[in-house]
Amino acid sequence: MAYIADKPALPETTEQLRARIPGWGADLDPADRPSVPREKLDPGASGARWDFPERQPELAPRERSVEHAFLTPVFGTSCPRKGLSGVLRTLAYQRYSEGRAAHWLILIAADRVDVLESSVSALRAGHPDNPLTETGVLGELKRHPLRSRFGRGRADLAHQPLDVLIVGAPWLVAGGLAYAAVRRLRR
Amino acid sequence: MRAMVYRGPYRIRVEEKDIPRIEHPNDAIIKVTLAAICGSDLHLFHGLMPDTRVGHTFGHEFIGVVHEVGGSVQNLKVGDRVMVPFNIYCGSCFFCARGLYSNCHNVNANATAVGGIYGYSHTCGGYDGGQAEYVRVPFADVGPALIPDWMADEDAVLLTDALSTAYFGAQLADIHEGDVVLVLGAGPVGLFAAKSAWLMGAGRVIVVDHLDYRLEKARTFAHAETYNFTEYDDIVVHLKKITDHLGVDRVIEAVGAEADGNLTQHLTGAKLKLQGGSPVALNWAIDGVRKGGTVSVLGAYGPIFSAVKFGDAVNKGLTLRMNQAPVKRQWPRLFSHIQNGYLKPSDIVTHRIPLEHIADGYHMFSAKLDECIKTLVVPNA
Repeated sequence: MAYIADKPALPETTEQLRARIPGWGADLDPADRPSVPREKLDPGASGARWDFPERQPELAPRERSVEHAFLTPVFGTSCPRKGLSGVLRTLAYQRYSEGRAAHWLILIAADRVDVLESSVSALRAGHPDNPLTETGVLGELKRHPLRSRFGRGRADLAHQPLDVLIVGAPWLVAGGLAYAAVRRLRR
Repeated sequence: MRAMVYRGPYRIRVEEKDIPRIEHPNDAIIKVTLAAICGSDLHLFHGLMPDTRVGHTFGHEFIGVVHEVGGSVQNLKVGDRVMVPFNIYCGSCFFCARGLYSNCHNVNANATAVGGIYGYSHTCGGYDGGQAEYVRVPFADVGPALIPDWMADEDAVLLTDALSTAYFGAQLADIHEGDVVLVLGAGPVGLFAAKSAWLMGAGRVIVVDHLDYRLEKARTFAHAETYNFTEYDDIVVHLKKITDHLGVDRVIEAVGAEADGNLTQHLTGAKLKLQGGSPVALNWAIDGVRKGGTVSVLGAYGPIFSAVKFGDAVNKGLTLRMNQAPVKRQWPRLFSHIQNGYLKPSDIVTHRIPLEHIADGYHMFSAKLDECIKTLVVPNA
């Protein structure tokens, strides 16, 4: 018990564990584990043949954290900034460090603006978003939706209906606004 | 090429995209043969990670065949069958030189607090991921490795993150012979962490979750003692009772930002995004471990603050250890454990789906339907 010096006895002995669990104790020595010590200076271990990597060409202006001294020599080029969401992202990166909540809150706001902008541009391009296919809910029927959810004491059932609201609310609002606009025009 | 793309919270689709091109002399282009959906991909899918852009392709667990290499690549050639760690890293910066490959400073322009990760938002570098037919792999001479001939694809793909992360997490927990180890979460990483705890000599391994089918897997696959937290008024009190009121010696937290068990924390952390994630599992770890014990955090969290009980962690004299796994450091030992029959990663795979049906795969995983534990994605099914 915690109230005396001795550690509580284990339910099984070492011999029993070794017999029951394949590989039990194969990494018993803490000093002989691949990430021990966590930091070990060995510049040649990675296979890198450079002191500093050759720089990837910056073909378009690339945002970076103000905590970096310069643009990293290699960077991702997926989804460059665009539109109003791009303006917000530029503001977040240029004005605020990673230590500021404003940095992250602006980026989250930009993400939501990006969704709106991208839905409009997809519609204009003839590839509109389809919440039914994109959410994957159409696959529910073959995934035992009732048996998987009910009678199993799952803790997440209390908030799963909110997911429907999170996904559906913007579409309902947009549909309502479109309906109101059409009615107004007809008058 | 066909690629999964993000369209907004809870929405993805498969679109036609350009095949990635060589952008740096040490790049390779990999033709993906098998990918996986990770539990942390769900955080992106749910819109939790800042700077997740519409059009971004997710996927940091993948293997494939080398399709093209840049001019300076020496270690790979076209046609090689390779596995790619989820970390993108240069191999030469201050951190890489010390083996902290997941903390590379030369690959993520968007943030200094995190290294580069394939398909994991611009906060993790803005690199498209492997839930696609092709993917750009920077530093091809450093990250990828040839898949041994004897290794099955389904085992290899799970070494690119889930198994390596879990094994690393068990090391962070500093397990000594006879320790009582608690694993929070019976998803893929939790299951592998429980297996890894035995390899390190644990005397007792306890797994806690709320999904009975996953706890069943923890018993059969990971030989663990299991508890469903929904069956107890207070799981922390129960943990104390079953450890003679001492608490467990080590905790491995394998849940992350969308933890259940406290509705307020879940709503503020995972739904309203007012925290960097729901800290329920972190707080159970702090409360459930014994004084002087160790908490290893593997769960993924967002970059803003969370309501974590640091006061209790201080007063209990805990050691809190955490990091993204430097995957490639784990591989030689894990290869050996697989060859010896101690580990069979693909035993946790429950579903295999074509890329074209990936929205179904995400929804199934997110809603925990059809007893889903691990879903693999086949680009050219």
